[in-house]
Amino acid sequence: MEMKEMKLLSEWSYEPAKIQRGYANETLYVGLGNKDGNYKFEKRPVSEDMKENFTGGRGFGLKLLWDAVKEGTKWDDPENELVIAGGPFCGITQYPGTGKSYTVFLSPATKQTYNSNAGGYFGPFLKFSGFDALEVQGKADRPVVVFIDGDNFKVQIFESTLEDNNAYYISEELHDYFAKDEQDKRTISVISTGMAAKTSYIVGLNFSFYDVRRKAVRLKQAGRGGGGTVLCDKNIAAIVVKRTKFTGIENDPVDVETIMKAGASLHKRIHDHDNEQCQMRAAGTAHLTEIMDDYELLPVHNYKYGSHKDIGNISSHEYIKLFSQGTADGCWYGCSLACAKAVDHFPLQTGPWKGKEVVVDGPEYETAAGLGSNVGIFDPHWTIEANFYADHYGLDTISLGTTMAWVCECYELGLINKENTHGLEMTFGNKKDLMELIHRIANAADDFAVATGWGIEAAREYYSKNYGADLEVMKKIGMVCQGLEASEYRCQESMAQWGGYFLTLKGPQHDEAWLIFMDMVNKQLPTYEDKAEALYFFPCFRLWFSLHGLCKLPWNDIEPVDNSIKYKGIEAARVPEHLNNYLNIYTAITGKPLDRDGMILQSEKVYNFERIFNLRMGKGTSKFHEAPDRGLGPVWEDEWMARPDYFDTKLKEFGEEIEGKSVKEKITLLQKHRRAQWEQLKAAVYKRRGWNKNGIPTLKTVKRLGIDYPEVVALLEKHLKPEDEFEEE
Amino acid sequence: MITVNGNQSEWEEGLTVKQLLARENYTFRMLSVWINDRPVEKKDFPTHLIPDRANVQVIHNISGG
Repeated sequence: MEMKEMKLLSEWSYEPAKIQRGYANETLYVGLGNKDGNYKFEKRPVSEDMKENFTGGRGFGLKLLWDAVKEGTKWDDPENELVIAGGPFCGITQYPGTGKSYTVFLSPATKQTYNSNAGGYFGPFLKFSGFDALEVQGKADRPVVVFIDGDNFKVQIFESTLEDNNAYYISEELHDYFAKDEQDKRTISVISTGMAAKTSYIVGLNFSFYDVRRKAVRLKQAGRGGGGTVLCDKNIAAIVVKRTKFTGIENDPVDVETIMKAGASLHKRIHDHDNEQCQMRAAGTAHLTEIMDDYELLPVHNYKYGSHKDIGNISSHEYIKLFSQGTADGCWYGCSLACAKAVDHFPLQTGPWKGKEVVVDGPEYETAAGLGSNVGIFDPHWTIEANFYADHYGLDTISLGTTMAWVCECYELGLINKENTHGLEMTFGNKKDLMELIHRIANAADDFAVATGWGIEAAREYYSKNYGADLEVMKKIGMVCQGLEASEYRCQESMAQWGGYFLTLKGPQHDEAWLIFMDMVNKQLPTYEDKAEALYFFPCFRLWFSLHGLCKLPWNDIEPVDNSIKYKGIEAARVPEHLNNYLNIYTAITGKPLDRDGMILQSEKVYNFERIFNLRMGKGTSKFHEAPDRGLGPVWEDEWMARPDYFDTKLKEFGEEIEGKSVKEKITLLQKHRRAQWEQLKAAVYKRRGWNKNGIPTLKTVKRLGIDYPEVVALLEKHLKPEDEFEEE
Repeated sequence: MITVNGNQSEWEEGLTVKQLLARENYTFRMLSVWINDRPVEKKDFPTHLIPDRANVQVIHNISGG
């Protein structure tokens, strides 16, 4: 049945900016009013200062959001915005991984700023329509579809006639609705969420692109932090962009030859060596499952264990068999790494679409682990079904997996019972009831489902207050920090990764620093200072991708074959040839020189600005950088007894005598020593980042970075205390 | 004895890089191996012999995420 025609509520025409050297130099503001139908549209100029200090992408998002909100603004206030921005690289087609866009907003989950990225065509099409960023503010008085018509240079707001709130339905309908014909569907990208967004905070955004080979809509997720909840709160059913014509030089680079040359070299490397390296084209990031198991890093049963005897069932070999092979699964033109794998003709066994055959995007590694080993399920078919419904309902597969794993442990410990769960047997590995919980969260079926859908931090308060569950125990075992559930790596045995998870801007998400191999296996970071240096450099390096509209995977999931013999130590981990590609392409786009120091400086400005923004929103200090016990070591005897010799050795390294001590006593001692290490690590990292003992950037730091705006300085002066200063060396 | 990433490890006559990686369960594909500060090419892993008292570094480069 065709979707009913949508009523046009408001329309605005604009003169499109010409893209120059990677920038349109204008942003689009769409105001939805405050449930009063008072729509507002504006083009806003991008200043030189904005480019100098915020670069693009996530940086632009943070700057625009800073200007839109004030201290005390909450995520569900009309002032909150969804800002979506690519960056100067975004949309080039000659080099892999250049289709990303970054969404910035005040998060319902973390109660501070959040940024989340997705592939798909939205970011490039937005830029080609004439805008470096889209700001959406306010709340509509009825469900609306915002349509950016980059062909006719109009922005239109329609009253939604969509009959279902879920992502695959919305995306398919709107690709049909705005396309002239089948071929035209690829000129459209849709941002939507799903029905879980009405009550859950762990709800993301789906960014679509049309897969002409499969004749199907594909979805890529900006999954984390609750962006979907914000979209829903604004009463937006979808944001759609359409742009039909664009060329390979739409980004107006100064020197397209350099970009083509770098791209050709990387395409060849991927073609020749991906099969012997990460197999991204065959398995996507799911190639990591058995590797993580081999190194005791796979989260099993709420991160209690790092490996499992049934790993073979969810290994990349199994996923390779399930993923369609031989298709160019890139999520933007020109990405030959092509890791956007999909399962075709998957017959759903449960839920509202039971019996229907669907295309399922993924699972990627995080989903294969989070909705797999971490909840004690080693059945890829179950994981694929859970992946489909999570995307369809809008649920973030990482937060969902980590939250459900924690729920299972709470249930098995007797902290919550079957009466609380309304009949669900929440034991690890219970496929039927865990799938049912996903459906119940989406439907807000009962109080337990609703509270669980808030994520661990809010759910544990509810369980404690309403079910009498022990809050302190739930805190020990809940892998959450700053309101964000941890992604799917077990970090206990890598002190540097404690920082990579728990000393981050937005919470334990792996996109700041993944240092486990460097620290735990390679032993390249022996001192606190070494770890602090890595926790300064790599978060800045990784952030740089988010400023430019880049995917990180083509940086180091494929490497020159001589990388490992040409470069030694940590330098090899930087993949210098690919790093130099980025520097050269930056210059080839913008005409401006950039070296490694300049690259880190671009990032460090935004890194510190984001930290200060979080301070402005009432967080951003040391007390929010907290690590749960489960993140630092074993909590219960069975965890210790899974590797008793290993943990005994670790305890002896602290000079402890282990003879005659019970396992419980040993656990207490190990936790005590590691907690002391954590405090030392925190101090070393803050110092290296140019922050004070309370985790706040100093005036000296913001002056050095050139982000000493009067508002920033005034905010810092309010919070910086003399007793928190580190002694000068 | 040899040192592998800072840890003491048994040495035996004829020990190759490939055998050592298997013994340590180093299954990650993006590895570089340095023996006494000299790199070993990946194609030589099956045949390259590790001398006694060698300092072996098996570097796992970052991937994923």
